Amino acid sequence: MVPVEYYLGLSIVLFVMGAVGVLIRRNAIIIFMSIELMLNAANLAFVAYAYEYQQISGQIFVFFVMAVAAAEVAVGLALIVAIFHTKQSIDVDEINLLKG
Amino acid sequence: MFLLEEAVSQGPQFFWLAPWIVAIPVIGLLFNILFGARLPEKVVGWVASLASGLAFVVAVLLAVSLASNHEGQVVTLAEWIHIGDFTVRWAFQVDTLSVTMMLLVSGVGTLIHIYSIGYMHEDVRHNGDPKRFRRFFVYLNLFIAAMMILVSSDNYLMLFVGWEGVGLCSYLLIGFWYEKGKDGIGNSLAAKKAMIANRVGDFGVLLALFIMFWGFGSLDFHTVFEKAPEVAGAAPWVIGAITLAFLLGVTGKSAQIPLYVWLPDAMAGPTPVSALIHAATMVTAGVYLVTRSAALYDLAPDVQTIVALVGAVTALFAATIAVGQFDIKKVLAYSTVSQLGFMVAAVGMGAYTAGMFHLIAHAFFKGLLFLASGSVILGVERGHHHVEHDAHLKKTIKGHGHDFDPQDMRNMGGMRHTMKVTFWVYLIGSLALAGIFPFAGFWSKDEILLDAYLHNQTVFILLLLAAFLTAFYMTRQVLLVFFGKPRSAAAEHAKESPPVMTVPLIILAILSVFGGVLNLPVFHTFGHWLEHTLEGLEAQEFSLLVAATATLASLLAILLGWWLYSRRYNQQQELPVAKRPDDPLRQILGPVFTALNNKWWVDELYQLIIIRPYAWLSNFLAEQVDWRFWHDWFHEKVIANGYTGLSYFLADKFDMRVIDGAANGLATVTQQFAGGLRRLQTGYVRNYALSIFLGLVLIMAYLFFR
Repeated sequence: MVPVEYYLGLSIVLFVMGAVGVLIRRNAIIIFMSIELMLNAANLAFVAYAYEYQQISGQIFVFFVMAVAAAEVAVGLALIVAIFHTKQSIDVDEINLLKG
Repeated sequence: MFLLEEAVSQGPQFFWLAPWIVAIPVIGLLFNILFGARLPEKVVGWVASLASGLAFVVAVLLAVSLASNHEGQVVTLAEWIHIGDFTVRWAFQVDTLSVTMMLLVSGVGTLIHIYSIGYMHEDVRHNGDPKRFRRFFVYLNLFIAAMMILVSSDNYLMLFVGWEGVGLCSYLLIGFWYEKGKDGIGNSLAAKKAMIANRVGDFGVLLALFIMFWGFGSLDFHTVFEKAPEVAGAAPWVIGAITLAFLLGVTGKSAQIPLYVWLPDAMAGPTPVSALIHAATMVTAGVYLVTRSAALYDLAPDVQTIVALVGAVTALFAATIAVGQFDIKKVLAYSTVSQLGFMVAAVGMGAYTAGMFHLIAHAFFKGLLFLASGSVILGVERGHHHVEHDAHLKKTIKGHGHDFDPQDMRNMGGMRHTMKVTFWVYLIGSLALAGIFPFAGFWSKDEILLDAYLHNQTVFILLLLAAFLTAFYMTRQVLLVFFGKPRSAAAEHAKESPPVMTVPLIILAILSVFGGVLNLPVFHTFGHWLEHTLEGLEAQEFSLLVAATATLASLLAILLGWWLYSRRYNQQQELPVAKRPDDPLRQILGPVFTALNNKWWVDELYQLIIIRPYAWLSNFLAEQVDWRFWHDWFHEKVIANGYTGLSYFLADKFDMRVIDGAANGLATVTQQFAGGLRRLQTGYVRNYALSIFLGLVLIMAYLFFR
């Protein structure tokens, strides 16, 4: 039986990797992948605690997160395609349309 | 209840008619205001006379009612003022005193109305404005109405309304020919003088009413007289102050020293006005006021003495001035002042019967004399007119200019041949005024002298001298006007007046002869009549000594007058014009006559000590205080400049700098702040992500280390 701290440690490592990935990478696809990594780090923590406390609700949350992540990927990829059509690039440093 | 019914059933009752005594003249004047312009003169005049005549009928009916119900009645018409406990009503007090005045005012008033139809018919033409005929009668009816309010009221406030009303009519009628007179303004000035002199008196009456309200809490005759002894015991000065303040009103309205100066000037009005207002009725309002307030005056003996002395001194003083006048109406005016002095002296001594009796007798013979003098003046005017328009006569008469004065007695003479009726009635009026037996004036004046003899010797001597002078100046006037040779062509061609004027004269002459029967000694009819209203009247026994002294003085004066103005005057007429004195008295009295002729320079004295300082003060207040201090300095410099300066400061300094600065500053700060914040919005997703991340870390750290 693997203790819950191990799962949690892995989850933290994954989340930090994802967060750092979001902050320092410029490729939109990579950023997207990093976000997925963070989401899955959270999923891992949910599942680990659900198992630990024998609570089914944690598992159900994971399903919801997966569904939302799938929808988000669909929208996000569509946005990236659209941006690539106009900018011929997916470098986020070149995309500053929100500048005040 | 039974008693009341019994009282009602006694004799005829017409008390409910009392309000009509005022209403009828008002209806008359309204009729003339509304329809008079389109009606002929005759109708206007007769409507006005009818209104006055009906008022007389009402007065007679009231008198008949009083004959069986002596106590009289108060007829309330409406409530006027009601504040807390204080109530003033429009109520008509019908008692023997008020009805006496009503009879007098409406009776003499009616005769004068009728006379005016004839007089004004010519007067408006001589003065060149026939349109004023109607106005005259409207004023005359208004006067009757106001006078009726004055005499019939049951409280002092309503009396004051009438008091002011008659003052207004007096003003309007003195200034009737407002564009005439000296420098085209003389009559207006005379009217103004009357108004102002009366205002001073009215101030006294108002003051008395204020004190009365303060002291008694009521202005009703009944309440005030009932409370008077009580108030006199608690605060005697209240009664003294009220009666003294009333005396000031009396000196104004009844032309006593020191406010008498307006009455001689009031002769600027048409002659019927002089007769009605300034001889017979209005000027006696002061005497009526004192008589009505008898209950108050009886409680203030010191004030009574003052009143008596004021009256007596006025009687003598005015009589001396009358001796030196040449204007036929001025003589009568000063005579009126003098006779009013007699009445005031009488009521001042508590001889109310004598005062009221003389008031009535005087109304008859002085009304008569004024109306007759009007007839004389018009006669001379007619003669003047006749001469002017007769080419033949005009050539033969030299020195006949347009500045001819038809009122100057030096232009008259010998008119007993040309104006027979006027002469006879004038003679009767003069004898009555001089106090010759058995005319009305003899009885009334004798009663006053008798009271004076018994009460106050100083007053008696003053009045006796005045009576002597009265007989003298009337003799002088009759001789100058009617005897001797005509001294001008106008007098020579004078014509008698029409019957509409002479008939009232004859009626008044009859009244002047037989007026004495009202209150003959022994019978004291009038005294008993007034006793129902006034308490504590004493009827004096006839004294042969006093009567003989007075008659002797009058006869002596007539003899002296005849010697001077018939013998000497006619002798002097033979002298050449340059050496001929205008009056035989001037030779004898010298500068004294000049003083009399100039009315003792009282007008000039008032001019010097009152009007000039007053004008100077007004001028000072207007020029220096009002204009230069208030307007130039205070308003212009302090207020206007201060306000401009303050506005400039507020607009330029405060509004522009502070308010606008604050608003603009806020905008600038916001803009700069926003400009700073703007830099944060880089548009780079990573920056946003970083800030979200950092924020998350901060929140986590907070939750963790909390």
